[in-house]
Amino acid sequence: MTICRPGKGHLMIQFDTVHKRFPNGTTAVHDLSLEMPEGGVTVLVGSSGCGKTTTLRMINRMVDPTSGTIRVGGKDVLQQDAADLRRSIGYVIQQSGLFPHRTVLDNIATVPLLLGWGRKKARARAAELLETVGLAADAGKRYPHQLSGGQQQRVGVARALAADPPVLLMDEPFGAVDPVVRTQLQDELLRLQKELSKTIVFVTHDIDEAVRLGDQIAIFRTGGHLVQCATPAELLAHPADDFVADFLGAERGLKLLSLKSLADLPQGPAPEGGAWTLVLDEARKPLHWASKSSTGTELPVRPLKDTDSLLAALNESIASPTGLVARVDAAGVLTGVSSRDDIHEYAGRAHTEASVAA
Amino acid sequence: MTIDWSWIGDHTDDLTTLTFSHLQAALSAVFFGLLISLPLAVVAHRVRPLRGFLLGLSNVLFTIPSIAIFVLLLPVSGLTRTTTVIGLTIYSLVVLLRNTVEGLDSVPAKTKEAAKAMGTRPLRTLLTVELPLALPVIMAGVRIATVMSISLVSVATYIGDGGLGQLFTDGFQRNFPTPVIAGVVLTLLLALVADALLVAIQYVLTPWTRRRA
Repeated sequence: MTICRPGKGHLMIQFDTVHKRFPNGTTAVHDLSLEMPEGGVTVLVGSSGCGKTTTLRMINRMVDPTSGTIRVGGKDVLQQDAADLRRSIGYVIQQSGLFPHRTVLDNIATVPLLLGWGRKKARARAAELLETVGLAADAGKRYPHQLSGGQQQRVGVARALAADPPVLLMDEPFGAVDPVVRTQLQDELLRLQKELSKTIVFVTHDIDEAVRLGDQIAIFRTGGHLVQCATPAELLAHPADDFVADFLGAERGLKLLSLKSLADLPQGPAPEGGAWTLVLDEARKPLHWASKSSTGTELPVRPLKDTDSLLAALNESIASPTGLVARVDAAGVLTGVSSRDDIHEYAGRAHTEASVAA
Repeated sequence: MTIDWSWIGDHTDDLTTLTFSHLQAALSAVFFGLLISLPLAVVAHRVRPLRGFLLGLSNVLFTIPSIAIFVLLLPVSGLTRTTTVIGLTIYSLVVLLRNTVEGLDSVPAKTKEAAKAMGTRPLRTLLTVELPLALPVIMAGVRIATVMSISLVSVATYIGDGGLGQLFTDGFQRNFPTPVIAGVVLTLLLALVADALLVAIQYVLTPWTRRRA
């Protein structure tokens, strides 16, 4: 039995030796003890049939446990009326599960209406949320099928947030959208989470998504066993066993670098008079690399900000013709360049430190 | 076969009365048919073992000859409009029940699941999610049942009712085709108008089905 105990903060959701056996005899969740801190994102990850979705669904009683206790905000979920409990917990599912016969606005207003807010107040709140999730106001009058997959998913998030629940359950919410939109939605979720500090339980089978979004990650193995629960850095640095290591994949060292920003990476002035020159505009924003040779070749430059990851820097140092990465401030103005050697050296050190610290 | 227009001119009042009587019998049957079908369909949809039984029963009832139904009902409701409506209601069930069950079946599991997960209780889910989403399939059944009932009303001429059907016996007995033709044309018109009205009602009730992206 693995017990996951986050160090700080209040616990919002607690699983205490929870067991779930379905009537057909399969064990979906095996003696699970797991704690989820208030205001944090806990990602449940594992291949299909590992019990991660069942674990999620037991929190709002879409599935009841066979034995054990689940507490949300300190209260045993089984002691509460199921419908009331569900109204107090936001829920986002794959392909959004929107009501096709209701307008976007009325979809978002679902829980407020169930709570008896009245149509006017519920719609006003829904309109406010359209903006929060980055949708235009006129989207409110449309029906779900008139929106793109990504927009529908945003409506799904807005609907879950409508009654401002402290807890949000997200069951592979971005599983059905293309990778570009998926990354956008992940960014949006991180931005929203910074603002709202919900306790989020997020199910996915995508380890990259887990590393990106999770404050802690719980890895499940077939048969409903929790194998390891840790912060992304700890997990990547110290996988508990071969199963976890396999699941994290061969590039787990690189994934670890994706968690570290390049803010402290040393930088120097841009080279002048070499084979390649970094061309800037009047505002000192990098435009492209220009070759000094007679051909006058221009190559694109992808400048990095301090908030970008070391992984991005490593990638850029390999892609850049000069082995140099252009560094810019938040406004996009050049602050200096970092060399391939510096990046490699720094990344190596960061990796070792992360392994020791975690 | 020629039409005696003067007969029609002399009988406009009768024709109007018969048309409305005809329509009233047909619509009553569909109304009561729906009233019975809705709860039975919900049961058939939720309780799988009962589903085959209920759908089978509605099929069997449909195969009973109309004269037999009326004869069986005579001791209960006599030679009245009630007998006509009960008979037609029984026939309407075969379409209404099946379509309502299929309509409920057509509601995506994901949508029902979402309703439940949002904290919607079962009755509210049925009324505000399942039935509205089943409406297009239910309305398809209502349209068939309405047209079918309109054509079937004439059968009740046997028991002295039958709306426009009375024109058929009248014309037949006197070997005078005009009332028969008038009856056929009016029945057809009734069916067409009723169907068009139902299409319009469905259009108004299901705004989400018509706005395409």
